[in-house]
Amino acid sequence: MSPTSLVDVNNLSIIYGENSVVSNVSMQLKQGEITTLIGPNGAGKTTLIKAILGLITPSMGEVNRSESLQIGYMPQKLHIDSTFPLTVERFLKTAAFSSAQDRLEALQAVGAEMLLKHSVHSLSGGETQRVMLARSLLRKPELLVLDEPAQGVDVNGQIELYNLIAHIRDQYGCAVLMISHDLHLVMAATDQVICLNNHICCSGHPAKVSSDPSYIELFGVPGAENLALYSHHHNQHDQHSENININTQPDIADIPGENHSSHCGGNH
Amino acid sequence: MPDFLLFALLGGIGVALIAGPLGAFVVWRRMAYFGDTLAHSALFGVAMGVLFDINVNFAVVCCCLLLALILVSLQRQHLVATDTLLGIMAHSSLSLGLVAIALLDDVRVDLMDYLFGDLLAISPSDLYWIYGGGCIVLLLIWRLWNSLLAITINEELAQVEGVPVARIRLALMLLIGVVIAIAMKVVGILLITSLLIIPAASARRLANSPEQMAMIASLLGVISVMLGLYASYQLDTPAGPSVVVAALIQFLLLYSLPLRRAV
Repeated sequence: MSPTSLVDVNNLSIIYGENSVVSNVSMQLKQGEITTLIGPNGAGKTTLIKAILGLITPSMGEVNRSESLQIGYMPQKLHIDSTFPLTVERFLKTAAFSSAQDRLEALQAVGAEMLLKHSVHSLSGGETQRVMLARSLLRKPELLVLDEPAQGVDVNGQIELYNLIAHIRDQYGCAVLMISHDLHLVMAATDQVICLNNHICCSGHPAKVSSDPSYIELFGVPGAENLALYSHHHNQHDQHSENININTQPDIADIPGENHSSHCGGNH
Repeated sequence: MPDFLLFALLGGIGVALIAGPLGAFVVWRRMAYFGDTLAHSALFGVAMGVLFDINVNFAVVCCCLLLALILVSLQRQHLVATDTLLGIMAHSSLSLGLVAIALLDDVRVDLMDYLFGDLLAISPSDLYWIYGGGCIVLLLIWRLWNSLLAITINEELAQVEGVPVARIRLALMLLIGVVIAIAMKVVGILLITSLLIIPAASARRLANSPEQMAMIASLLGVISVMLGLYASYQLDTPAGPSVVVAALIQFLLLYSLPLRRAV
C-alpha cells in the first residue's frame, strides 16, 4: 500500500504584483517520506513552503492539507532580540504542553541535551538548528518543514544534520519537507527531490534528478559522475567522515565540474 | 504624609506596575518608536475629548486605538519605511493636537500638565482609572502571555502553531494604548515611553527569564516612582521628570555593575 498523502499541492501559483514567484507547481508530500526542495536563490523555495504551511494564500491553485495535520516548522532564522532572556528550556516550553521528560527526550533525539540550561543567544549555528528541531519534535509532528536546516553549519555538521533528520524520520515516522542548496549532501537522506526554479524543472529520485539535463543546466555540475563519488562517500560515512570534511567544498554548485571531479577522483 | 503626595505615590506605583510587563514587550519587539508615536497622538485625543465633552482618558484610548489601526493598515501597503511612517505620524499627530487645542478658544487646557504630567494633582478618580484600567491590562497580559511570547519569538512559527498572530499583535497595541492613556497623568505624553522602556531595559541585567524580566521591570519602576517623588518633594523639582531621572540613574547603575549575564 502506498503511504498516505499528507499534503497535495495542485497547480499552485503565487504572484506578487506582476512577478510570478511560483508557477504551476503540483506536488505531494507522503507520510514517512523526505522531500528536498533545491533551486537557486530567488527560485521561490521559501515562498512555496510558506504556501504549504498556510502562511501565504496562493494566487492560483490550491494546497490541500490532510485534516488536523500536525506540522513542525523550522524557519530559516529566529531573530530573537538579545534583550529577550530565554534559555533553551524556556524556549522549548513555548512549543506545546510538555513535561521535563519530554523536553529532555526531544533534546536527546537531536543530540543537544547538554544545552538545556544554556541561553539561546549563546548557541552556535548548528546548535540553534538542533534546538529548533527539538522544539518542533515536541509538537509530535506528522510533517516537519525545514527551511534551509543546514544554514550556518559547516560541511561536516551538515552531513551530520541530514543524517539526524533521516534518523528522526525513521524514529517518528513523520514526513519531511526541507530546502537545501546541496543535492550531493542531502541525496543519501532523501526520497524525493524537487528542483525548483519558479516552476518545477525536474523531480523524482535524487539519482534521477542529478542526471537530469535541466538540473545540470541550473547547477552546472556534470551530475552523475560526481554524485556517484559522493554516494560512495556517504555509504562509508562513519569511517570516512573526516575525509569528507577535507574533500567536500561548501558550495558545489559554484565549482566548475571538471575541477571538482579531478579533485575527488585524485583522492580515490 | 499629605493626601496629594499619597495619591501621587499610589498613582505612580500603579502605573509602574502595569508598565513593567508591557515595557518588556516594547523592548523585545523594538516598539519604542511605536510607543512614542502612540503617546504623541494622545494629545489629539485630549483635544477631541474636550471638544466633544467626553471623558479625556476614554478619548485618549480611542485615539491611540485608531492610530494603531491606521498604522497597521498603512504598514501593509509599504508606502514608506515603517520608521519614516512612525516619524510622520508621531509629530503630525502631536501638532494636530496642539493646533486643535489652540482652536478651542473658550476652553483653557494646561498643556504642560499633559506634556510632562501632573503627578501631584492626581485625584481619587484618577486612581480609579489607574487601578481599574491597570487590572484589566494585567489580566489580559496574563491571559495572552504565551501567545505574546510566541509572536515575539517568531511570528511565522507562531502562526503555523495556531496562534492568531494578527489579533495578538493588535491586542498588544491596544494594551499599550490603554497604558499610555493611564500613564499620561503621571509622566506626561512626552515622557511616557521612558517609563515603559527604561525599567525594562534595566531589568534585562537581572532577569533570566521573560517572566522575571517583566516582574523586575515593574519593581524597578515602582522604586523609580518612589525615589522620583521623594526627590521632587525635597528638591521642589517637577515630579514626572524626576521619576524618569530616577529610572535613568537606576539604569546607569545596573549597567555599570560588573554583573555576569547568565541568559
